[in-house]
Amino acid sequence: MSEEVLQQASPGLIPGSGTARAAKPTRLSPSFVSWLQAGPMMLVFLAFFLIPLVFVVIVSFWDYNEYQLLPAFSGRGYTDTFEGCIAQLPDLCTIGRTYVMTLKLCFLVWAITLFIGFWVAYFLAFHVKSKTWQMGLSLLCTIPFWTSNVIRMIAWIPLLGRNGLVNSGLVKTGLINHPLEWLLFSEFSVVLALVHLFTFFMVVPIFNSMIRIDKSLIEAAYDAGATGFQTLVNVIIPLAKPGIVIGSIFVITIVMGDFITIGVMGGQQIAAAGKIIETRVNALQFPAAAANAVILLAITFLIITMMSRIVDIKKEL
Amino acid sequence: MSETIRTKGVSRRTLLKGTASLAGLAAGSGAITGFPYVKSAETKVLRYLGTAVNEGDDISKQCLKDTGIKIEYITATTDDVTKRVMTQPNSFDVLDTEYFSLKKIVPSGNILALDARKIKQFDNITPVFTKGETPGGKKIGGQGTAPWKVLYLEGKDSKKFATSATEFVTLIPTVYNADTLGIRPDLIKRPISSWSELLNPEFKGKASILNIPSIGIMDAAMVVEATGKYKYADKGNMTKEEIDLTMKVMTEAKKAGQFRAFWKDFNESVNLMASGETVIQSMWSPAVTKVRSMGIACTFQPLKEGYRSWASGFCVSKGVSGAKLEWAYEFVNWFLSGYAGAYLNRQGYYSAVLSTAKAHMEPYEWAYWMEGKPAEKDIKAPDGSLLEKAGAVRDGGSYEDRMGGVACWNAVMDENDYMVRKWNEFIAA
Repeated sequence: MSEEVLQQASPGLIPGSGTARAAKPTRLSPSFVSWLQAGPMMLVFLAFFLIPLVFVVIVSFWDYNEYQLLPAFSGRGYTDTFEGCIAQLPDLCTIGRTYVMTLKLCFLVWAITLFIGFWVAYFLAFHVKSKTWQMGLSLLCTIPFWTSNVIRMIAWIPLLGRNGLVNSGLVKTGLINHPLEWLLFSEFSVVLALVHLFTFFMVVPIFNSMIRIDKSLIEAAYDAGATGFQTLVNVIIPLAKPGIVIGSIFVITIVMGDFITIGVMGGQQIAAAGKIIETRVNALQFPAAAANAVILLAITFLIITMMSRIVDIKKEL
Repeated sequence: MSETIRTKGVSRRTLLKGTASLAGLAAGSGAITGFPYVKSAETKVLRYLGTAVNEGDDISKQCLKDTGIKIEYITATTDDVTKRVMTQPNSFDVLDTEYFSLKKIVPSGNILALDARKIKQFDNITPVFTKGETPGGKKIGGQGTAPWKVLYLEGKDSKKFATSATEFVTLIPTVYNADTLGIRPDLIKRPISSWSELLNPEFKGKASILNIPSIGIMDAAMVVEATGKYKYADKGNMTKEEIDLTMKVMTEAKKAGQFRAFWKDFNESVNLMASGETVIQSMWSPAVTKVRSMGIACTFQPLKEGYRSWASGFCVSKGVSGAKLEWAYEFVNWFLSGYAGAYLNRQGYYSAVLSTAKAHMEPYEWAYWMEGKPAEKDIKAPDGSLLEKAGAVRDGGSYEDRMGGVACWNAVMDENDYMVRKWNEFIAA
């Protein structure tokens, strides 16, 4: 209801329309004002995102040798990347295997951070009554960001390592005879570390959506005889959708491009799309690295597009 | 792309941490300590781009004291140093880099060869660099990018390596070492004498190699040759078939769970070994020393197939000329005059001019580090911390034995592009 009221009232608020125009006929046109307002952000976006991106795409079609870029059109960056993809069928080629692994990690991390993030946000929004406590508890969620990747890696060894706390605890209690090798330098540890890091990115937007839900809607649902579960599914989740989608976009884009955490926690033995780019850059093979970056961007873009098909964020906001 | 930017920051930070722990050196701080000295009419400042190996705070302080030249360190990983030479040749004056990167750097035309006649100690540089043999006359293995193959250029602006001595030197030698496998003797409990042990199923899930493709594949080749599967014409310059074969052996081992983790960073290698996650892995000498200084048994194990060696040296950016070029010569001459050489020797590396370094070391230090004799007194690191108790003997023994046992050198292959692709395939397998 309140949104409709706002929309009806808003035409009068836009500069240059209605009575305002009558008073000052020389006023700037409303579309020009909008452009002016959006201008600074657009310029930043153009200079630091779009132009570099165009360069990356251009370079991805260049040739190269051991020590320099050769600005001549070449598809080598791409053909090398997809080397053997047809010849090796039905086995997957390097890039195929890499993306299967990246998408798998991405899905696991997304599902787990969504589950945990949703309930943390739910707790903060509906069970914590005081604003101060809400703020304080949200800040606690940022703790994983207080350390660097190296420290983090060093810190996980004493916990999950062969002679680590978890293993020696389990051996002592007699639950296992031999230390569990898969606790560290495995897909498990990668997912654990990524969830540990990025749940925060789920909590914040979902919390933000939930806090804006009108409490009277929940009361109404309750009065109409809905159970707690029905209220959750029919009222809270639909209204928290924009937060869920925004959080998902954060987590998915970060995990798709991550190779540091995957490298450190996976013992450098797990392939990641970002890892291929890093190896290429370090070998000074910039066009090949750029081609891989374009592929990664395209795939990530595809996923985001699919998600925004499910929920129209613009409308929901 | 923001991901890439973030990574750069992290790797630089990673590197600084690695550097700080490297025998307690705080790299880069030489530029910011800002202790007072009398300013002459012109402040002699040289921007020094290199890896952490040579960049000691004490070295820059002593250099300022002796010559009045202020060194500003720019610290980066080997890969990043090369990248910087290619893309920002004007961002440094003096370059400290490894010989194997010359195959990329020299054709780019971004560096200036130095004139051998202006280097006072040039004739005293160890024959390891000039002839490929030890001072005692032992022939050194020349597979890979051995320094004597790329030491001279045909002319001042030439991009071709000369086959015989000329006065145009690509890199004035400074430091080098012989690398091998590090092991945990307390956990292995039996003698290790061959590279083939790295893939021994006995150490399943407890082995590691480094994840720098050009160096990792050399260690892999040492293993393949040791198992008797194949003998390479040149491990440092494989054909496509040889790369395939090497990576196939490594991929099988990886799939069988031989490797616990691959490491990329000095600290990672120390932690893997110290925590017992690995018991056998490729390693660097100061990393072994670090593990030992934590009170954990770790040996830099000499192996019968020999060592994989590396070497680095100085040149200058092509943008350097006039007075600045003279300071660069003054600095390089100072570096070879003994203080820095002794400093490097005390860390377990080797200095290019042995005679001057010897003059700056105590006889008992020289006997331990260079002659392979038992230590008469406690052996201390340059920062004064205890490295070895009296009576200890250096792993691998004397300079003659260690450098004489070198089988191959770090290299950039002709098929580097193919090798990097295969390495990515190996990681994804």
